[in-house]
Amino acid sequence: MSGAPALRLTGRVTIGGTAIFGPLSLEVPAGRWTCLLGPSGVGKSTLLRLFASLGDGVDFEGTVGASDNMPLAGRVALMAQSDLLMPWLDVTANVTLGARLRGTQQPRERALDILARVGLADHGTKRPDALSGGQRQRVALARTLMEDRPVILLDEPFSALDAQTRARMQELSAELLAGRTVLHVTHDAAEAARLGETVLLMTREGITPVASPPARVPRPYDSVETLAFQGRLLRQLMETV
Amino acid sequence: MKKVLHFASVALLGLLAWQAVVTFGDLPRFILPGPMLVFSTLWTSRMLIAEHAVVTITEVLIGLGLGATLGFASAILLVASPLARNLLRPMIVFSQAIPVFALAPILTLWLGYGLWSKVAMALLIIYFPVTSAFFDALMRTPVAWVELARVMNATPARILWCIRVPAAMPGFSSGLRLAAVYAPIGAIIGEWVGASRGLGYLMLLANGRAKIDLMFAALIVLAVLTLVLHAAVDAVCRRIWGG
Ligand SMILES: Nc1ncnc2c1ncn2[C@@H]1O[C@H](COP(=O)(O)OP(=O)(O)OP(=O)(O)O)[C@@H](O)[C@H]1O
Ligand SMILES: [Mg+2]
Repeated sequence: MSGAPALRLTGRVTIGGTAIFGPLSLEVPAGRWTCLLGPSGVGKSTLLRLFASLGDGVDFEGTVGASDNMPLAGRVALMAQSDLLMPWLDVTANVTLGARLRGTQQPRERALDILARVGLADHGTKRPDALSGGQRQRVALARTLMEDRPVILLDEPFSALDAQTRARMQELSAELLAGRTVLHVTHDAAEAARLGETVLLMTREGITPVASPPARVPRPYDSVETLAFQGRLLRQLMETV
Repeated sequence: MKKVLHFASVALLGLLAWQAVVTFGDLPRFILPGPMLVFSTLWTSRMLIAEHAVVTITEVLIGLGLGATLGFASAILLVASPLARNLLRPMIVFSQAIPVFALAPILTLWLGYGLWSKVAMALLIIYFPVTSAFFDALMRTPVAWVELARVMNATPARILWCIRVPAAMPGFSSGLRLAAVYAPIGAIIGEWVGASRGLGYLMLLANGRAKIDLMFAALIVLAVLTLVLHAAVDAVCRRIWGG
């Protein structure tokens, strides 16, 4: 996608005087898929939310923004760690929530198409409380894919899925989001090994980039190269903690 | 079905206790008539009671409709405008310190003996519960939903209308359920203070003429009407927004 900017952040975050992370500095390259890999509680979600201008509850000292120096607000789609489906809307209406909120034409055709691609074609008229956890997560994924924004922030988007569905959703997302600036938070080394054109390792000490193999993403989950990369990521994680 | 059976058995037990008190307490019928007498009066005076019941029902329904609408609009205004919140909220709370019952004579003076003074009573008595239940629910929208909407570029007005209002509908429902029980109280008080029609008027009249059986018959009709209204409001709320 033309006009997908790189993302930059420098600074540190405290919450009520407790240091959460930083000082650190990271750059998310433009138009590529970046995985931010790190253990639970290290501050990945907090960092992701800063790019979505959702830093209300935290004290952030530093700068956050896009490489083109234009505001990020309005150019970002966020899939948060919980699915945030509206219980009073059916699945299709949840997927077209963005259009409803902006008061624009609701792209029903596209919504049904994306719902079919996340494997929920038969569930369009259900309410969220009639779905399983993994189905709900796929609705949230569909809603994010609908947003058509140059910058996509994903917070553990596949965590509730079974291995098979997860692999398929990874491929679908990689296809639909190609060319956008994607920042994908995960604590799963296998996932980062498949999807990360850039992989950033986040630990208490800071953020370190890890050299990734040249194969195009999504990398085959069973290739020697991907598995070796996964092993390397896991080793680095184990060594830093 | 189980609920109906449960309700029926409780009602039957109540009636038995009532009859027992009358029979064994040896009470004269102008103090406490037995259930048999009350039900036979209910049957023989059914046209008279129905005529007055229709008046009360009309008052209650209009009051409920107006009160719910006004409460809905007020809560939205309070949420949408901090200025309105700062100005009106203390006033609304303060107004609750005035017993609504004390206002009944004034309302009758202002609005006359007819329908509208009773509608006003019903409205006044339900306005606060509806407004306050809905307002509280509107102020408790999960932050994450509002954040999601903000990332999606929604204006505050759209966030209010598309997220906060639907999310608060269960709160509005609980306000309405309370209102369904309170509104008849308001109408009856209005009728006691000054009316020529309505169940409240009929009860007062029957009382004055020592027709206690008629008074009890009217009271039973009133209680049943209130229960039916509550059940209807409950069913509508569940049907529309599931809670
Ligand atoms: N509102 C808050 N008040 C105090 N501490 C908080 C608050 N929110 C988050 N934290 C702390 O900030 C740290 C980072 O939280 P964050 O949600 O960013 O972690 P994470 O890396 O996304 O973890 P996970 O992988 O489990 O989602 C955690 O240690 C958490 O306890
Ligand atoms: Mg997180």
